[in-house]
Amino acid sequence: MNKKFVKYYEKGIKYLLALVAGTSILILFLIFIFLFKEGIGIFAKVGILNFIFGMEWLPASEPPIFGAMPMIVGSLVVTVGAGIIAIPFGIGIAMFLAEVAPRNLREILKAIIELLAGIPSVVYGFIGLIVLSPIIKDLFNLSSGLNAFTASLVLGIMALPTVVSISEDALNAVPDSYREASLALGATKWETTIRIILPSARSGLLAASMLGLGRAIGETMAVLMVAGNATIIPHSVFDPVRTITADIAAEMGETVQGGTHYQALFGLGVILFSMTFVINLITDLVFAKTSNIQRGAQL
Amino acid sequence: MINKMEAKHLDFYYKDTQALFNINLPVEKNAVTALIGPSGCGKSTFLRTLNRMNDVIEKTKVVGEVLMDNKNIYDPDVDPVELRKKVGMVFQQPNPFPISIFDNIAYGPRIHGIKNKQKLQELVESSLKSAALWDEVKDRLHDSALGLSGGQQQRLVIARVLAVEPEMILMDEPASALDPISTSKLEELVRELKNNYTIVIVTHNMQQAARISDYTSFFLNGKLIEYDQTNIIFTAPREKQTEDYITGRFG
Repeated sequence: MNKKFVKYYEKGIKYLLALVAGTSILILFLIFIFLFKEGIGIFAKVGILNFIFGMEWLPASEPPIFGAMPMIVGSLVVTVGAGIIAIPFGIGIAMFLAEVAPRNLREILKAIIELLAGIPSVVYGFIGLIVLSPIIKDLFNLSSGLNAFTASLVLGIMALPTVVSISEDALNAVPDSYREASLALGATKWETTIRIILPSARSGLLAASMLGLGRAIGETMAVLMVAGNATIIPHSVFDPVRTITADIAAEMGETVQGGTHYQALFGLGVILFSMTFVINLITDLVFAKTSNIQRGAQL
Repeated sequence: MINKMEAKHLDFYYKDTQALFNINLPVEKNAVTALIGPSGCGKSTFLRTLNRMNDVIEKTKVVGEVLMDNKNIYDPDVDPVELRKKVGMVFQQPNPFPISIFDNIAYGPRIHGIKNKQKLQELVESSLKSAALWDEVKDRLHDSALGLSGGQQQRLVIARVLAVEPEMILMDEPASALDPISTSKLEELVRELKNNYTIVIVTHNMQQAARISDYTSFFLNGKLIEYDQTNIIFTAPREKQTEDYITGRFG
């Protein structure tokens, strides 16, 4: 190849990659514009604060009332619940995989966990509906097993593979020299894991937790099937809730394009988008901060 | 001469591969014993059998005995965690934890149950002094250990070992990642430390072995070829292979 051609070839590849990267950012941007354009009408009609903090969601009443608070609370309750289940279990499983399990067992378990990620969400919803909810109904003596608790449980299991695989990567990224140094000082394996490995991996563990939460807050089908779907502010975890995602999915079919209800659903979309954006932003900030600490002062 | 440790008929296997063959080697108390030999000769593997660090590698097997104060450290009633408190180890690459200098040194004492702040402070200071690092770091004990130079990090790691108050220190090519000035500081430190500790050091730098050790053992292909006082090994070795190695004919 002559030199000139190589030069253009290199440049061409560079621009091609820049184009691909630029496109994905552009698409993200367009999605946000579209969401906002469709949803802005509702903010204008009922007011942003009334929409966000409104306690009632009655799209079919006359006149219709659009207050998103029940759904916002529903999404938060279910997501936090899922996090309480997925994060400790996920990190625990990752610790077992990375630090305790012998190699062949680790490979088998990892394959199984990754398989969990491949199950369609409607199947999780189905299992939650048919298997889990009757058990929870009997166990806690409730009138219905379809509630925030069941939804959290299902979502927690769904978020587990994300938390496990990213946490495990984070733990494996801790240099073996730390393990050796600690063991050689007469620390047990457990002391080494708790005092050295976990703190060293903590930015990765945080990222795993946040991505798990992101997975939970965005999930639609499974929560629609098991959360009970009442548009009320829940008073306990055993009350039925409706999440933002479930509401959009459930009601989109009955709206008139461009109508107030349609706009209200896009308004919900904007809120959901903002929530996930904030979660990601926090992750990034925490990530940047802790990696500075790792280079700098203390665990 | 008093033996702090003695390997007797020691064989070692990684899976089905035998890495050490019938090693018989005494380690004299309060002296420096150097292990020399070409790469892959088994000297590091042997060193790691002395504090049972090989235990953490899957599918390894030890046959034979390593006596410490006349007690076999591979006896079933010996807890390797307890053993490693008595037999400290310094690795080839300096491996401070990504925490402050103080916390690095205090790590060992803390896991062994010392909570008293004053006691910890005294231990940190005395360990850093023994490792000839105190003057360089006394004003920044709470800065990250990763900000130290390679030579300082290696002395920090030695101080971390000393803080556990071991009886022996094993060193696995501790100067191989250091510059000449740091190396000479480290060698000086090793000579200093032997007054209070029994030291076994792996090195492939023969001048280093000659400079700092009292006894030298020459390993080749997993076998101990020759063991004697260092000056004898380097001036009048009995074995042809030893002579060939120290005169630089292979290695």
